[in-house]
Amino acid sequence: MIEHLRPALALVGGLTLLTGIAYPLALTGIARVVLPAQAGGSLVTIDGRVVGSRLIGQNVVGPEWFHGRPSAITATDPADPSKTVDAPYDASTSSGSNLGPLSARLIERVKGDVDALKAETGADAVPADAVTTSASGLDPDVSPAFARLQVKRIAAARGLSSERLEALVAEKTRGRDLGFLGEPRVNVLELNLALAALGPS
Amino acid sequence: MTVFGWLQILFVFVLVLACIVPLGRHMAQVFAGEATFLTPVVGPLERGLLALAGRPALGPQTWLGYTLAMLAFNAAGFALLYGLQRLQGLLPMNPQGFGGVAPLLAFNTAMSFVTNTNWQAYGGETTMSHFTQMAGLTVQNFLSAATGMALAAVMIRGFARSGADRVGNFWVDTTRVTLHVLLPSAFVLALVFVALGIPQTLLASVDATTLEGTKQTIALGPVAGQEAIKLLGTNGGGFFNANAAHPFENPTALTNALEIWALLAISFALTHTFGRMVGDARQGWAICAVMAIILGGCLVVAWWAEAGGNPLMSALGVDPALGNMEGKEVRFGPAASALYAVATTATSTGSVDAMHDSFMPLGGFMPLLLIKLGEIVPGGVGSGLFGILVIAVLTVFVAGLMVGRTPEYLGKKIEAREMKLAMLAQLILPATILGFTAVAALLPTALASLANAGPHGLTELLYAYASATGNNGSAFAGLAADTPWFDVTLGIAMFLGRFGYVVPVMAIAGSLAAKPRGTASAGSFPTHGALFVGLVTAVILILGGLQFFPAFALGPIVEHLLIPTGRTF
Repeated sequence: MIEHLRPALALVGGLTLLTGIAYPLALTGIARVVLPAQAGGSLVTIDGRVVGSRLIGQNVVGPEWFHGRPSAITATDPADPSKTVDAPYDASTSSGSNLGPLSARLIERVKGDVDALKAETGADAVPADAVTTSASGLDPDVSPAFARLQVKRIAAARGLSSERLEALVAEKTRGRDLGFLGEPRVNVLELNLALAALGPS
Repeated sequence: MTVFGWLQILFVFVLVLACIVPLGRHMAQVFAGEATFLTPVVGPLERGLLALAGRPALGPQTWLGYTLAMLAFNAAGFALLYGLQRLQGLLPMNPQGFGGVAPLLAFNTAMSFVTNTNWQAYGGETTMSHFTQMAGLTVQNFLSAATGMALAAVMIRGFARSGADRVGNFWVDTTRVTLHVLLPSAFVLALVFVALGIPQTLLASVDATTLEGTKQTIALGPVAGQEAIKLLGTNGGGFFNANAAHPFENPTALTNALEIWALLAISFALTHTFGRMVGDARQGWAICAVMAIILGGCLVVAWWAEAGGNPLMSALGVDPALGNMEGKEVRFGPAASALYAVATTATSTGSVDAMHDSFMPLGGFMPLLLIKLGEIVPGGVGSGLFGILVIAVLTVFVAGLMVGRTPEYLGKKIEAREMKLAMLAQLILPATILGFTAVAALLPTALASLANAGPHGLTELLYAYASATGNNGSAFAGLAADTPWFDVTLGIAMFLGRFGYVVPVMAIAGSLAAKPRGTASAGSFPTHGALFVGLVTAVILILGGLQFFPAFALGPIVEHLLIPTGRTF
């Protein structure tokens, strides 16, 4: 075994310098020069203030904004470290609910959300993404159907016409990547930024 | 199951297929010690590193010498990674000011990354400093992958060489694989990833003020570089807790497709490397076909299960059109999520773009099945190839029994020693998985970690031990895995699944290399045609089925059968 000691230490050390220090630092340097926006997290700024990242969903609650999906992220309860509290879209961490398909907690939660959404919108069926938590808890998108479902509420809250908001949703709906990859979606932050820029009717 | 889903699958299939010959040929050059098109760039580094290792260490080794070198290399890597985690509070590049990782968690994580498992009992963005992520975790992403590929080279040489007692040199193979394959491909892929939105920065986080005026802290870091190698090296350990479901690890459906390609590319291409090195490319294509058939079959089942939605939710008034969206991202949807799930478990990657714990019973069954079939279709980089070659050896033995002939594979007679070693390697996996699961199912301390009750809870346990033993690293992540029981037993399972498996496999390779290589006669069983492909496929499915069917029946299968009853747990 002793004859393997020198090569083992030499190569673990040498390759650590190469793949653990040189590789990530070289990448960081190149990325900062060539692709600064993406390398820095695709941040959106208004008047120099960061309002979020285009790629990360936010916890929007006001009736006058488009809402994202439910988020399963929890955080340590500041009052009692042995407990956790809901922390939707807390982007300092990430997680899904990990509830199984026959979980009583999942089905009860979904039932509550479906009933509330049906009562609010009068719809017979709600889009699945509106009542399910995403894998990351930070999903930046909603389905076009879920965005449309929210139009009536926002129109009432802002005194805008539903048609204008429908048109806004249609404008901000992004198709599949390259025309066939993934699913159509609407980025909630981009949609809300466009909403904020919309003048009165 | 839409036409877009099929196109998406076809796209990844074509990308992988297109790389098999050029990448396979390149890796054959690397294993043969020849100059490659990258030698002008990486040649000086290669000479420098090998000089550091010392000339006496670089001669041809026996299978045993090679294996001991591999173990020494991995032991040193383990010690370094354990130390870095424990000491990260004192080390630089720790903007979040994290303290040292707790001993048991550091043990589990070091074992996890050295064995190419990349099981995450920790949440990356809340536990590991940038320095640990880079100099510790990223490094082992390279080295554990290089180790697997070096061992595959030995297995191939076992078949290619005749009457040889030497199987190559571990230090040379590992260094060349890292410099000629893993590092350059990761570098290019990482830059593509940054262009498509994956961050690469030394900042720990930014604070945003949302349109509603609330504060949001967004974790950042040097993500792209780790993402690229975690996929190319079939590692799977994410920078973030949510892994490749996190929008910073996988921002679009296009990055998703590229990630799936990256985690399949090397393992599939190694079949061609194998074919070239044994002097008959058709042998490689036959193995490749077996892999594609089983992978494709599992994909269709998983996608079908996810695309239909959850009937329990549909009954409440949820439109099933989008499929089962609990634990999935809108930009991916069921097709891309199912494709990622089967690709990551058919290899030993284990990164996820959707939460397998929330898949429908049969949708989650397919990843579990693929792990338990041994992750050989196509498997982890290197480990998949030597794993399926062990199955091919078993197959010619079974075929030999059926027709009453001495079994032969590629001109090598398969005899009692090879069969005993192959069976030993095959039995270590189910013994570890089922043994630990059985004990855990009886222990209150283990059961307290479950997030789900009923059959799904058993599946969480089975999945954890299968994932650790198979060196996969994906999880039914509801399981609270950072407890003393799971940190230790899963760490042991990872060790047995990697090193307990590869030592007998290396012995087979050494034993094969020593045999004379006969020429095929009219009486030889051809191992490049449809009959052989069908036989290997059947042996994989029957072996896996016999080992695990009772456990499957109590987990995902009974859960699936319960859906129409509307029962919840």
